[in-house]
Amino acid sequence: MKLHHVLLKTLKAIGIAVIVNVSVSYASEALPLADDPVVEQRLNTIAEELRCLVCQNESLAGSRADLALDLRRELRGLIKAGKSDAEIKDFMVSRYGDFVLYRPPVKHQTWLLWFAPLILLCIGLLVLVRTVKHSQSKHSRAGEDDWELETPVSASEKKKD
Amino acid sequence: MKNKAWIPFAIFIVLVAFLAIGLKLNPREVPSPLIGKPAPAFSAPRLLAPEKLLSNLDMLGKVWMLNVWASWCVACRVEHPVLMAFAKTNTLPIIGLDYKDTAVDGMKWLAQHGDPYETSVTDPDGRIGINFGVYGVPETFIIDKAGVIRHKHIGPVTDAALKDIIVPMVRELQK
Repeated sequence: MKLHHVLLKTLKAIGIAVIVNVSVSYASEALPLADDPVVEQRLNTIAEELRCLVCQNESLAGSRADLALDLRRELRGLIKAGKSDAEIKDFMVSRYGDFVLYRPPVKHQTWLLWFAPLILLCIGLLVLVRTVKHSQSKHSRAGEDDWELETPVSASEKKKD
Repeated sequence: MKNKAWIPFAIFIVLVAFLAIGLKLNPREVPSPLIGKPAPAFSAPRLLAPEKLLSNLDMLGKVWMLNVWASWCVACRVEHPVLMAFAKTNTLPIIGLDYKDTAVDGMKWLAQHGDPYETSVTDPDGRIGINFGVYGVPETFIIDKAGVIRHKHIGPVTDAALKDIIVPMVRELQK
């Protein structure tokens, strides 16, 4: 029992240490917020929508890549200079292309990207409707007896014969 | 129904074709929107003579190459011998952009590995790089006589890229 007690205490201590460490590291990462909360808030909102060019599956807001830090610095400057969100996105697109936008604009190069899901859905629906109609017409033509014949059991029985 | 059996097969083939193309694309090679646009303006201290500035305007009238490098860049070590050999052919002036580097490290690097550049300019905070849409080092731009960016090479310049793409393009632009 004593050993058990000691173990529990150690575990608790480790737990507390982990929590303290985590909170400390968060505190140091969040430091820039103290700079100007309004600017940082806007920067984050914009940067969430932008792709980091180095770690391409990370947003500019989340990435700790060197380039992301630099770009956040540039965007911070633009925000402080009173630029609009559209102007800031233009700044990024003019340098890195539409690729930096997680929400690419609708234009002729991106038509396939935007509308392919809709087209595929339409094709799917068309196939569905046709299949249903086909089986219905077969059904009505053949009558109920034939329908029975099409069930797997009767089909296999038929084969045996 | 039998005559329709080829449909899933055809869809499969189309899918395979798309995936095959997708496999061959390099996600690192993001096409630059700057191609066909005037090179971003810069005026920066020269690495080896910081009191003298080099501006993009100084290069007007020449076809030139801007090579982005850094002493901390590992891929630049692969590229460097290629550039050293290319510089000897005197095809065009190569301007280096020492990107996010300290002048001391940059100079040490050139002293150690050789200097293929007509001039290198410094960009310690990476601002010129950002204006050129640089997102990795090395990157190389070909800029024409009017100061328009004509080509961007991402990653180390290779002998094949020089021979097949860059040199023919430069010769054409120099006419």
